[in-house]
Formats: sequence, structure tokens, C-alpha cells
Amino acid sequence: MADVTLDAKGLNCPLPILKAKKALKDVPAGGTLEILSTDPGSVADFESFCKTTGHELLETGEDGGAYRFLIKKN
Amino acid sequence: MVWEDHILSDNTKKMTIIVTKGTLDWAYPPFILGTTAAAMGAEVTMFFTFYGLGLLKKELDLKVSPLGNAAMEMPMAGGHMKMPNLVGMLPGVTNMASGMMKGMIKKKGVASIPELRELAIEADIRIVACQMTIDLFEYDTKDMIDGIELGGAATYMEAAFDADINLYI
Repeated sequence: MADVTLDAKGLNCPLPILKAKKALKDVPAGGTLEILSTDPGSVADFESFCKTTGHELLETGEDGGAYRFLIKKN
Repeated sequence: MVWEDHILSDNTKKMTIIVTKGTLDWAYPPFILGTTAAAMGAEVTMFFTFYGLGLLKKELDLKVSPLGNAAMEMPMAGGHMKMPNLVGMLPGVTNMASGMMKGMIKKKGVASIPELRELAIEADIRIVACQMTIDLFEYDTKDMIDGIELGGAATYMEAAFDADINLYI
């Protein structure tokens, strides 16, 4: 179970990233943020976002027509 | 920075964007890149000049015109439609095209410009309005959003010399 879940389904670039950034504020250090998205561009974007910000992308997957990302806040 | 949970350090990336265009389509790249860079931890300065200044007005009514916009095509009936300049110049066509694009923006879950601008302010992006263009076009800063700074070429250059990325849009 992630500490915080963000439903970004139906939103397009750059909103999933911007909302994830905001949601990370509510995640304790070392905790996890789960993001659900339907934007195919978010697959590459969350990878870049994590690489740049130092948060860890633990999981990327597709589930029932939506992408699911799990990020560990560092 | 409101969005920033780490302390600004010498390693903090910096970006500046010169925003020169104020149409519905061209308003997107600067706001998208500015807010995303801020979300990725960068310190962002946006310098609004010439037609970009209109994006700082409190009331936004942005338009996109097919006139002289040869690459613009709209999805229609399973294909794409281009509009000849001869049609693009007709009264009402700009409003129609703008309405169509706003409809698509909403339908596709793309952020509106007012929404992205709000996020830019929330992210503490430094917004500088070009004093010379304000004088030139007789704009009144009272009609513009709060929290903007006035400056000129040297104000921008100071930020640009110190930045990792400088964009002109």
C-alpha cells in the first residue's frame, strides 16, 4: 500500500507530473506515492522526473487501461 | 520555493524563458516547460515581452488563428483539415478555430492556460514583465496579475547569465 495515491487519469502532459510533484509534499521521506495515469507520455516522463529529482521509480506498470507508477520519495 | 522541499543550493538548476507570443497555441510551450522545470526542482524566470505580455492579463481570452498558420490542421471526421488563408481571413473564423481548439483542450485533459499560469505562480516562478513593451503598448499593470516584477533587458540578462537553460519562445 502506497502512502499516498494520486489519480491522474484523463489528464495530459504536464499535469500528471505537476500533480505528482504536489502530491509528494504529503508523502513522508522514504514513503511511497502511487500514480495512476492514462497519458502514454507519462511513462517516459516519470522516468525523467525521477532521474532528475532523485526520487526512486520503484514500479512502472499497466493495469486495466491505466499506467501505474510507484515512486519512493528520497 | 513553494514546491521545493530541498534547500536551494549551488546545484540548483536554473532556467529562463523569454515569452514573446500570446496566442492560445504558443502560450503552451513556455508555461508547460516553466512549470515542469519548477516541478523538477529548477529555479525558473519567465520574461514576458511583446505579445507574450498579454498572457499576464487578469482576464485571458486567448485565440488561435489559422491565417498565415500553414502547418495548422485540426482533426476532423477521422482526418485532418487545413484551412486556406482565403478562408482563414473571413470574419468569425479565428473565433471558430479558437473555440474548436479550446474544446479539444478540454476533451483531451490538457491543462488550460489560466490553470498552468496558476501553477506557475504557485511554484514561485519569477515572472518579469518587460517595462519597455508595457510603455510601448500602453498596458496598465493594474490589468495584470499580482506578483509580477517589472524589468528590462539587463534584468533578464542577469538571470540568463546565471542559468543552465535559456529559451526564447
